Order: sequence, then C-alpha cells, then structure tokens
Amino acid sequence: MKKRGIGLATGLYPTAMATGGDPGQAIIEVQPDGSVLLLIGTSELGQGSSTVLAQLAAEVLGVDYENIRVVNNDTDICPVSWGSLASRVTYMDGKAVVAAAEEARSILFEVVAEMMEAKPKDLEAIDGKIQVKDSPSLFKTMAEAANFATFEMRKLIVGRGVYMRDRVQPDPETGAMDSIATLAWTAILAEVEVDTETGEVSVLKITCAYDTGTVINPMLSEGQIEGGTAMGIGAALMEELYPVYPSTDLKPDNLGDYVIPTAVDVPEIESVFYECICTHGPFGAKGFGEMTANVPPAAILNAIHDAVGIRITELPASPEKILRALEEKGRS
Amino acid sequence: MTGRVIGKRVRRYDGMAHTTGESKFVDDVIVPGTLTIKVLRSPVHKGTIKNIDTSAAEASPGVASVITAADVPFNAWGVIPDQPVLAAESVRFKGEPIAAVAATDEDAALEGISRIRLDIDEEEPVFDPLEAMKPDAPKVRPEGNLFIFDGRPYRKVVFGDIEEGFRSADLIVESEYFHPAQEHAQIEPMVSLAVPDSSGRLTVYTVGQAPYWNLGMLSNILKMDPRDVRYEQWAGQTRNNWPINSSSGRIKMVGGTVGGAFGGKTDMHADHIPTVMALKIGRPCKWRWTREEDLKYSTYRGPWIIHFRDGVKKDGRIVAREIKAIREAGAYSSLNPYVTDKYCFLATGCYFIPNVRVRGYCVFTNKPPASSMRGFGITPSSVTTELQMDKIAETIGIDPWEIRFINAYRKGDQTPGRRVINSVALIEVMQALAEKAGVKLSDRLKAMTSSDRRK
Repeated sequence: MKKRGIGLATGLYPTAMATGGDPGQAIIEVQPDGSVLLLIGTSELGQGSSTVLAQLAAEVLGVDYENIRVVNNDTDICPVSWGSLASRVTYMDGKAVVAAAEEARSILFEVVAEMMEAKPKDLEAIDGKIQVKDSPSLFKTMAEAANFATFEMRKLIVGRGVYMRDRVQPDPETGAMDSIATLAWTAILAEVEVDTETGEVSVLKITCAYDTGTVINPMLSEGQIEGGTAMGIGAALMEELYPVYPSTDLKPDNLGDYVIPTAVDVPEIESVFYECICTHGPFGAKGFGEMTANVPPAAILNAIHDAVGIRITELPASPEKILRALEEKGRS
Repeated sequence: MTGRVIGKRVRRYDGMAHTTGESKFVDDVIVPGTLTIKVLRSPVHKGTIKNIDTSAAEASPGVASVITAADVPFNAWGVIPDQPVLAAESVRFKGEPIAAVAATDEDAALEGISRIRLDIDEEEPVFDPLEAMKPDAPKVRPEGNLFIFDGRPYRKVVFGDIEEGFRSADLIVESEYFHPAQEHAQIEPMVSLAVPDSSGRLTVYTVGQAPYWNLGMLSNILKMDPRDVRYEQWAGQTRNNWPINSSSGRIKMVGGTVGGAFGGKTDMHADHIPTVMALKIGRPCKWRWTREEDLKYSTYRGPWIIHFRDGVKKDGRIVAREIKAIREAGAYSSLNPYVTDKYCFLATGCYFIPNVRVRGYCVFTNKPPASSMRGFGITPSSVTTELQMDKIAETIGIDPWEIRFINAYRKGDQTPGRRVINSVALIEVMQALAEKAGVKLSDRLKAMTSSDRRK
C-alpha cells in the first residue's frame, strides 16, 4: 500500500567562519575604456558566488553587470580571501567588494569633478555615467572619465576593500563565543509517499521558505535551494559511506554503489523568500548556501512518520529500515 | 530590496562557458613534459613502517623519481598540523600515502609503485567511535583517541542552569539519533599539477576551495624561506589555526572554475605531493586521483551519534536540553574539531532553550579523515533537532507547527554560545511557508512575530 504524509522542519545557518578572522579582500580597477576588473582571492567552483560579487560591484558603480570582469583564482593577482566555504562569500567577500567599489567610485567622482568643474559630493554613478545629481543632463560616461583619468590626470582608478571579523576563541568553561556574523533562516515542508510493501520512499514535493536577507540574484539562490535539496534527499534516503557499520570492507568505491540522487529522485521544488534585511550585510544580504542541504532530511523523515507512523532515528531511511520499523510497529 | 542589478536574475558571467564546455576543469590544464604521479597507499588500517625499499622502483622503466617521508622538508599539514604528507613511521588508516612515484605515464608510475618493497607491521585498528572511546581501546594516536578541547576531552557549552531547568520541566523526552557518513560526490575528483620554473618558483593548479589556505600550508611543508620560523609555531598548534597568514611568494596557486567541492576541497588532498616532487626533480608533476581513490580516501562528512535529554513543559516550551554528541573524525584532526565546535555552539537548533548543557566529543578511529561538508556541524544539529521537535510535539500532543512557533528564536535571544541574535526571522519564514503551501495557521500563530518579547 502507498501512503502519503507531510513533514515540517526548520533551520538556521550562521554566515562565515565561527572562529572569525576570515578575511575577504577585493581590488577593483576601472580600466581606460570604462570597463571594470574585479579581483577576488577565492576559487568559485560552480556555485555562482562570483556572479553575485560582480552584481554588487555593478550596483555601487552604476554600470551594467556585463561591464564587470571577474578574476578570482590566481594568488599572484588576487588579494587574500578565506575561500568559498562557510556560506561566507556573498557576505564577507561581498562587503569587501562593496568597499572597493565605493573607493573606486570616489576616485571617479574626483576625476569627473575636475572635468566638469563640479564638486565630488554633488555627483552620482548611474547607468554607466557619472552625473550631477540635480542636473542629470550634465554627465561624463565611465569611458570618458576613465580615459581622462588615465591619459590627462595620470591617475590609476583602483578601489580596495577589506572586511574581517575579529578572531575569537571559545571560553573554555562555558563555550561562549561570538561565532556568528549573521543568521539565515528556513522552513521546509516535504510531501512523501511510502510504499509499505517495498519500504521505498518517494519525495513528491518540497515547499520551502528562506530568509537570506536581500536576495542578490533569485535565480542563483533558487539554484542553491535545488542543489541543496537534492543533497538533503540523498542524506535522508540513500547515502551512507559505511553501510555495514563499523566494518570498512564494504565502503563503496564507485558511484554505482554509492548512489546519489539524480533528476528522477528530485521532485518539484517551490520556494519563497522572506527578506529580513541584514543591516550590516552587503545591500542587506546574508549567506545561505549550505543550509539548503541541512533541513530537508528532517522534513522528509517527519513526513515518513506522518505517512506510516514510524520514527526513523538513523539516517538514511533506507527501504530496509522502513520495513523493519513497520514490522516492529505491526508487532506492538 | 532591488536595485538596478541587485535582486535581478542576471545570467552567471561564466554560465555560457560552463554550458558549452569551454570552462576548464583543473585536470584540463596541460603542460608539456608533465610527469604522472601515483602513490603507494597503506595496505593496512593501522601499522608501523619498518622499512621502505624504493631502489627497484627507481630503476623501473620510465620512473623519474620516488619520494618518501624523508623527502618532505616539514612533514605535517592540516588546520591542526597532525597529518603527514607521506607517512614516516605510523600508519593510521588504510590508504594513507606512504611513497610517491613520478613517471612518464600512468602505467610506468603504477609499475614503479608495484616495485616498492614495504615492510610494515600490522596492528589492531579500531573502527567504532564508541569502542574507540573506551579506555582500553587500541590507540589510533599515541596521545589518545579523543581530541582535547581546551584541556578537556570534549567541547563544553553551558548556558543557564541545567539542573533548575530539569526541575521545572513537566516531562523528559530522551532520544538518540545517528547521522551517517556522507560523501561530497563532487564532479571533479582531487587533482593537482605543480609546475616549477627556472626562477625557482612553482605554479600549482589546485582544485582547492581556498587557494590561500593551500598556499600557506605548502609554504610550511616546503620550508621555502629558511628564515621563516612560522612553520615551527604552526607545528605546536592544538587549536584551530589556519596557516593562511604564512605564505610564500615562491608559490602561485591557480584555482578552478568548475568541478564542485561541497566542503570536500577545504583539505589539501592533492597539492602537497606533486609540489614536493616537482621541487625535487624540477619537472612538472600531476597527481590525479581516480574516482575510486576519491570515494575511498578523500574526506567526507563524519558520522554523528547525538543523544538528547530534553526537559519540556506541557504548554510546549522546552526548558532544558542536555546533549552528548559524538563526532567520528577518522584518523586525523582535519576540520573535525572545528565542526564539533560549530555543532556545540548551536546545538539547540533554531530554538531558544534557557538551560543547556552540551558535551561534544571528537573521536579518532582508523578510518580516512573526515572533514567539512556543506553545513559543517550545523547539519547534524538541524537534522536531529528537527526530528526531536516532532517527537516532543507528539509526546505532549501539540501540533508540529505550534511547538516550533513557541520555541522559535526571537530578536534579542541568546544562543547556547551566548551570542545575542538580532537578525531573526524564523517565525516570519514559517508564516511565509504556510502561506506558500496553503497551510492554515491559527490566528495566534499568524499574529506572532520575531520581535515579540518572550514571556
């Protein structure tokens, strides 16, 4: 018989390293054609965080996002970053990028002030131009400004940005420690179907809400949610590196024996964002990449309980464990 | 909020290159004349190396060089540097690197490996963390099987008055949960290419998530600057201490752009051996792990056993929580102490509990080292806390939504690690979920906010 159930789980995630002391640094150079080079010391291996950093730089400099070129994986060229981990890049490196872009923008304002005999404080950067706030018809394009800086004023337009939290250690007696830069939040509903004959569980639908502060790029955030949900389904139902615990003999050595979720295992995922603006985040953003994998497993296991009344306390909820638990429940 | 670019669904700047296959994996970097590295891994789970004879391997056709621990200038690495690049005497897990061969191609390297004569005394290993915690268990490490946190064999986090909390509770809900070991299963397995140049500099192409970490660790391993004593200070560290502040201008790290990591590439799996080899013989060296090696010997999410004892009021409030958590680390520290800490600081999940006592153990076994994976210690916290919440709700007969609203963190609450938190939105996020999913909440729950004062 196939039985359906719904399960709820919630979670939080602290942005950045618990120990603090994890620097994010950025250098922004506006080149003579007005295009922008963004140097970041972390490697991005596919998650999209460098695109988010480029968006932050574009917003501050008032240029199209396409005008930003990211260079992010060379320690000869890029300043120090702690790395792409701990859901830290958007927040920590993001704050450095915003600071670097602001410094570059202030240099641009000085240049344009000289070109137009205006005051830097009366200028704004918007639509690829530096313009007078109250008289937008008075402007210089980024290309004009950068070219003038380079070839007339002998000026290099480079902005530098740094952000780092204090390094902290826990109090040995209480464990007290300021381990959190900011917190992101989630709540997830899983709908499952349990086959009581085979013990197999299908996840039918995942609905989730996230607060990640300002969502810099909804498409990339949804990408994190979908990837993380798939990883959470694997943890809930399939993955175990030492299946015959504690023997190590049957540790899988290929991805046929160690089964991870594929497209057929991942259901429809609906997500909604509640933006609790982080007052100290870059444009109000928090980090959240990791938490998307953390909370789905409990929602799925709680849904299994709702469907068939068994509590699985050892992940993954394999068909064998489901059948054993159903058998035990039938006996009692 | 939205701006001109903020909040917009702009395409990834590297998306087209990823889609068309133009983006390079680290293994796609080709340098002419590169030698292939293969590694002799320990055939036993635990043992003592008596002798390594590499002479036949060195004479093997196509073999350029063989290195052992004796060739590594400073043979320890890690956030807490307790892991040898190549095992010198003690072997602590099956698959631990002992010697490396650089040869003209993979077949010649494997042939060279097969000619190394290893004399090793096998010793009794321990695989179960609960067994490893017993006083008479075989020792994974001479100093013992428990990581020492500030002089104690566990991380201690205490908040409020746990005894008073249990006294004020109407009932106790006790449970034990197991979170298994999980593999990152990222697309690109571990690979590294070290290219020396005529100036004595090295370029290292790494899959690492944090090239600057690996740069610091490589600088220490190679003792590149003889005046630099930081590696000695690093060697004495027993707390989390990333060697990022030590780096050498003689190494340039180049990171990847695709391939995934999920926490599996925070540890320096593949960079050290080709770097040592390339510096020794002056030729480019690449070490590429097979998927089999990656699954068997790279890091993974270490398993957790978590015991809850919760004091609960009939109205749904959790007033006391005592936790004993056991994190299995495998054979070396890696990021396991950090992961354990991160768990302990937020062991109550996303709920305010006024009286808390946490003991978090980090236990060594003769398995490959576990380490970080997407979520660090928050993953076991989220998973087990949320299973426990539903069990408590059922025990006292209230709705799973309601118990979460009642105990949700509010603005100004303190975590078990005594951090006052302000950017709090759990209640609002649950309300948003209910609306999205068409779940009808009671008027009381709909009216709650994270700014409400706690009664």
